Amino acid sequence: MAVTGAILVLFLLGHMAGNLKAFFGADAFNHYAEWLRTMGSPAVPYRVLLTVTEIVLVVAVVLHMWSAVSLARRAAQARPVKYAAKRKSQANGYATHTMRYGGVIILLFVIWHLLDMTFGAVNPKGFDAEPFDRLVAGFDPSRWWVTLFYVVAMIMVGLHLRHGLWSAFQTLGLAGGRSYGKLKATAALVSLVLVIGFLSVPVGVMIGVIK
Amino acid sequence: MNLTLKVWRQNGPSDEGRMVTYKVEDVSPDMSFLEMLDVLNERLILAGDDPIAFDHDCREGICGMCGMVINGVAHGEQRATTTCQLHMRHFADGAEITIEPWRAAPFPVVKDLVVDRSAFDRIIQAGGFISVPAGSAPDAHSVPVKKDDADAAFDAATCIGCGACVAACPNGSASLFTAAKITHLGLLPQGQPERDSRAKAMVEQMDLEGFGGCTNTGECTAVCPKGIPLDTIARMNADYLKASK
Amino acid sequence: MSDQTHGYKVGEPIRDTKAPEGPIEDRWDKRRFSAKLVNPANKRKINVIVVGTGLAGGSAAATLGELGYKVKSFCYQDTPRRAHSIAAQGGINAAKNYRGDGDSVYRLFYDTVKGGDFRARESNVYRLAQVSVNIIDQAVAQGVPFAREYGGLLDTRSFGGAQVSRTFYARGQTGQQLLLGAYSALERQIAAGTVEMHTRHEMLDLVISDGRARGVIVRDMVTGEIETHLADAVVLATGGYGNVFFLSTNAKGCNTTAIWRAHQRGAMFANPCYTQIHPTCIPVSGDYQSKLTLMSESLRNDGRVWVPVAKGDTRKAADIPEEERDYYLERIYPAFGNLVPRDIASRAAKNVCDEGRGVGPGGLGVYLDFADAIARLGRDAVEKKYGNLFEMYERITGENPYEQPMRIYPAVHYTMGGLWVDYDLQSTIPGLFVVGEANFSDHGANRLGASALMQGLADGYFVLPTTVGDYLAGATKFGDVDPEAVEQARDAVQQKIDKLLSVNGTRTADSYHRELGKLMWDYCGMERTEESLRKALERIPELREEFWNNVKVPGDPEGLNQALERAGRVADFFDLAELMCIDALHRTESCGGHFRAESQDADGEALRDDENFAYVAAWEWGEDGPTLHKEVLDYEYVKMTQRSYK
Ligand SMILES: Cc1cc2nc3c(=O)[nH]c(=O)nc-3n(C[C@H](O)[C@H](O)[C@H](O)COP(=O)(O)OP(=O)(O)OC[C@H]3O[C@@H](n4cnc5c(N)ncnc54)[C@H](O)[C@@H]3O)c2cc1C
Ligand code: HEM
Ligand code: HEM
Ligand code: SF4
Ligand code: F3S
Ligand code: FES
Repeated sequence: MAVTGAILVLFLLGHMAGNLKAFFGADAFNHYAEWLRTMGSPAVPYRVLLTVTEIVLVVAVVLHMWSAVSLARRAAQARPVKYAAKRKSQANGYATHTMRYGGVIILLFVIWHLLDMTFGAVNPKGFDAEPFDRLVAGFDPSRWWVTLFYVVAMIMVGLHLRHGLWSAFQTLGLAGGRSYGKLKATAALVSLVLVIGFLSVPVGVMIGVIK
Repeated sequence: MNLTLKVWRQNGPSDEGRMVTYKVEDVSPDMSFLEMLDVLNERLILAGDDPIAFDHDCREGICGMCGMVINGVAHGEQRATTTCQLHMRHFADGAEITIEPWRAAPFPVVKDLVVDRSAFDRIIQAGGFISVPAGSAPDAHSVPVKKDDADAAFDAATCIGCGACVAACPNGSASLFTAAKITHLGLLPQGQPERDSRAKAMVEQMDLEGFGGCTNTGECTAVCPKGIPLDTIARMNADYLKASK
Repeated sequence: MSDQTHGYKVGEPIRDTKAPEGPIEDRWDKRRFSAKLVNPANKRKINVIVVGTGLAGGSAAATLGELGYKVKSFCYQDTPRRAHSIAAQGGINAAKNYRGDGDSVYRLFYDTVKGGDFRARESNVYRLAQVSVNIIDQAVAQGVPFAREYGGLLDTRSFGGAQVSRTFYARGQTGQQLLLGAYSALERQIAAGTVEMHTRHEMLDLVISDGRARGVIVRDMVTGEIETHLADAVVLATGGYGNVFFLSTNAKGCNTTAIWRAHQRGAMFANPCYTQIHPTCIPVSGDYQSKLTLMSESLRNDGRVWVPVAKGDTRKAADIPEEERDYYLERIYPAFGNLVPRDIASRAAKNVCDEGRGVGPGGLGVYLDFADAIARLGRDAVEKKYGNLFEMYERITGENPYEQPMRIYPAVHYTMGGLWVDYDLQSTIPGLFVVGEANFSDHGANRLGASALMQGLADGYFVLPTTVGDYLAGATKFGDVDPEAVEQARDAVQQKIDKLLSVNGTRTADSYHRELGKLMWDYCGMERTEESLRKALERIPELREEFWNNVKVPGDPEGLNQALERAGRVADFFDLAELMCIDALHRTESCGGHFRAESQDADGEALRDDENFAYVAAWEWGEDGPTLHKEVLDYEYVKMTQRSYK
């Protein structure tokens, strides 16, 4: 869980950095998109590294979900008889309520997102357009509901990560003793940076900073 | 005070079990929760009914024998309190109170609110000790222990083995209990030689018993009557990962 | 010879306690050297039963298992770690002299004999003091997190009137931490297969074959099955019987059943009347009260004890002006003030309450006031020192002790009496050993604070394993257990259970227990008189008769039946209560935890009668009343003196 989660987080950090290039204009962004595909060339053929990354990502997501499901199944086995009284969360219930349902929402988002940005299937500009154009078109103010969906999804991602990151530290045994509080803060900070970083792009498009 | 209790009644391990409603009148706010049940039981006995079975012994919050889920919260809503130390003044007159046993597959119900927690003993058997035959110990002052370490070890060592952490954990995990033990011994110099093997064996036993996995939701520490902190679980994981390498 | 008025006979005195001769400091070494050893290959074939998993039983079972014996261990809780020892707060004494403040084995020995009001056996107490040193080493090696100083060394404090600082502690949870140490050692042996653990099993009888203790009859409390377990020796470590008073600081399950059945099978019961009453407990708040909670004695260091001058004064504490308060301990004992020993503080509280000046519900309480301490030291300093105790008090009473004085009242806390044992901790039944609070040894008529934990662990880790080995060296010759003896014991158990379930009367066992407890508290409690004891001896048999004809125990013999468990224990408490009163009546002196109002000096202090009572009263059970056997106490090393705290 922690390992797959960590891979996903690393991807997100890179992805966010790349997205921010949108602020530097169409060329910078398209160039970046192109670079993604030509990474390592000429030593490595076109798109190989990107494909490898994609495979790693897919594997990570699958494993991540598989862990989530098996943890949930173990939990169900460990408590076959449920409580009659509605269990009141004593630890604010944040993690319990966010992680599993939040994760599913994120999955739905990613599917939509790939159809939108990568395959262009649900994008007004379609698959053949330049990435930057797809981006700008996707977040066109007229399609405010898409942007809204992104915003909601990003917040879900942030919440998932705020707990998920700290939880990963804990699972990897890093959070003992004095580092406990610091790591909790680090997790919150990284999540916040990611949310703001990601959101800046659609917001940028909406208010016309990116065009 | 007058109360309505909804209590889990189950005749034995093979019985299905059901919630049964009782009215209890004239409850004094100064009664402990268990004394309130005593009063109900006296009445049930005289009426020819089977009294409600529940575990208890010290009645002062230290033996860890008592424990029930009260209105959905292990040991009731008052923080850092065992069921025996919970007093009726924390309930409103006329309140309806739901009382259930710890729910976890590795804690099968014996009767009513009594569960079998011997899984905890088996976790200890797997390695929750320092091997030192009687009479072979060196002088107590031959190994100084840093006060901070001694204090932190003590914080973990205060676990009373009540099982509330398991009852509260959405995953039915015994991580907090196991981690408390591993942390207590792992922080002391005396505990070092067996530190890795201890963590590995205890965690594996915990999984074998059928407890769920920890996803760090922190419900356990919130209901723990001794406030065992969550970072003990990180320590357990660190020791376990190190031992599994 | 017989004494009809007291209803008991006097038998042969006990002459041999098996303590070796010679200088006291060499006796234990001598005994250890003379003890026969068991060949390791044979140990595996020798079975030992240990009943009880507190400090005494847990440490004994673990150590015997480690030595290679086949051990079976029993307790009534769901896990050995919950034995009542877990509740001990204050600390454990040991003559380590880590402070260099003049402590020594000899001084600990001396303090213990003197604290016991010269009613303990010198040889045993000396050995206890010697072994105390090893206990701390053992516990530390097991990982018991005793309090430490910044240098990393162990911290100690002074306790219970000792002039040296020899009490090791683990915050207010010393018993818990020591028990977890013993428990972990025990679990290690269970994992190793040398100890077979039987939790939720209650011992209901002892099997005696050919004059030797050879096994126990137990009830599986989950299935209700009656089981027989046979062995070459039986160790009882079943704790104290303070619950005969119903209300005490003991855990609810503490009982006398195991030692009482052994007594009925021939083990002598020594000094049953010696009971320790602790002065600082939270008072009773109503008829439903099920147990009493101890508040650490350390509170008396800063709290001032008082009651209103006037009888029946129901004003709030804050409304009673200074001149209408009676700081009675400071008034009567100007030298020691609020810090007089346990028995004196307890009795003084009872006296003012008997005068009608008690405070709180039922008038059974006195104030322990921190207003002066808060004014003098500041609230923060007081909170630092006693914060957790104040919190515990508030949790139970709902009153804030920073704003209004605490109410305290004495409560039964410890029983010095128990089965009689010799120097080897063997009872009068060969093969039956008794350790911990269940035996009578070491504390005389009064136990010093922090000495019970020491005794339990000394017995279990160090003394018993040696002496039981000596006995077991002959185990191969014990022969088979007589099946008739087993049958007879099983029948007795079964009959009692059937009887309890069949009465089907109109009162619960608890209500009888409550009534018995009240009677014992009133007539055989802090202060006893010939008149009160005779009243008790009249009333107890009546009440017992009524119990057996009118108790209502619901349910079946099969399965978990907590009402049945309780009824069985109450039945035994009735018998024990009677013996306690007989013992208290026969001992016309006052000593330690036994205060006979007739025997006091001009100042109202306990007056011992060394000429007539410097003996252990060991009682033999008989259908037609008990027989007294005296073990005369000779003091070779400590001079007998009268205590004074003025
Ligand atoms: C509140 C409190 C505080 C105390 N504080 C201190 C202190 O600070 N320092 C100190 O030195 N002493 C203290 N004491 C006294 C001390 O705790 C006890 O005397 C001591 O722990 C007794 O230990 P034990 O092993 O003899 O028996 P226990 O710990 O009482 O164990 C008895 C065992 O016997 C088992 N048992 C009993 N009956 C049966 C049966 N019929 N069948 C099967 N099993 C049975 C029980 O399951 C249990 O395992 C305190 C006592 C109390 C009540
Ligand atoms: C596909 C849908 C997803 C689901 C169903 C899902 C579900 C979960 C679940 C159930 C956990 C368990 C931890 C807990 O409950 O506390 C978890 C942890 C985590 N998730 Fe996800 N998640 C998903 C997507 C993601 C994504 C896209 C990322 C990051 C980009 C991510 C990062 C993490 C991290 C870092 C953890 C912490 C691991 C740990 O506890 O050790 N997850 N996730
Ligand atoms: C608002 C924030 C986001 C924006 C603007 C954005 C934009 C983009 C764009 C433009 C692409 C196409 C890149 C290309 O094909 O060259 C892309 C691909 C992708 N995005 Fe996002 N994204 C955002 C958030 C996310 C999040 C939160 C996730 C995961 C949880 C994610 C996962 C992916 C994945 C998996 C790809 C495919 C990468 C690949 O093909 O290798 N994105 N994104
Ligand atoms: S960790 Fe806390 S809740 Fe869990 S068993 Fe220990 S004391 Fe009870
Ligand atoms: S509640 Fe359960 S998920 Fe982990 S943090 Fe506690 S064990
Ligand atoms: S009864 Fe001992 S902790 Fe509650």
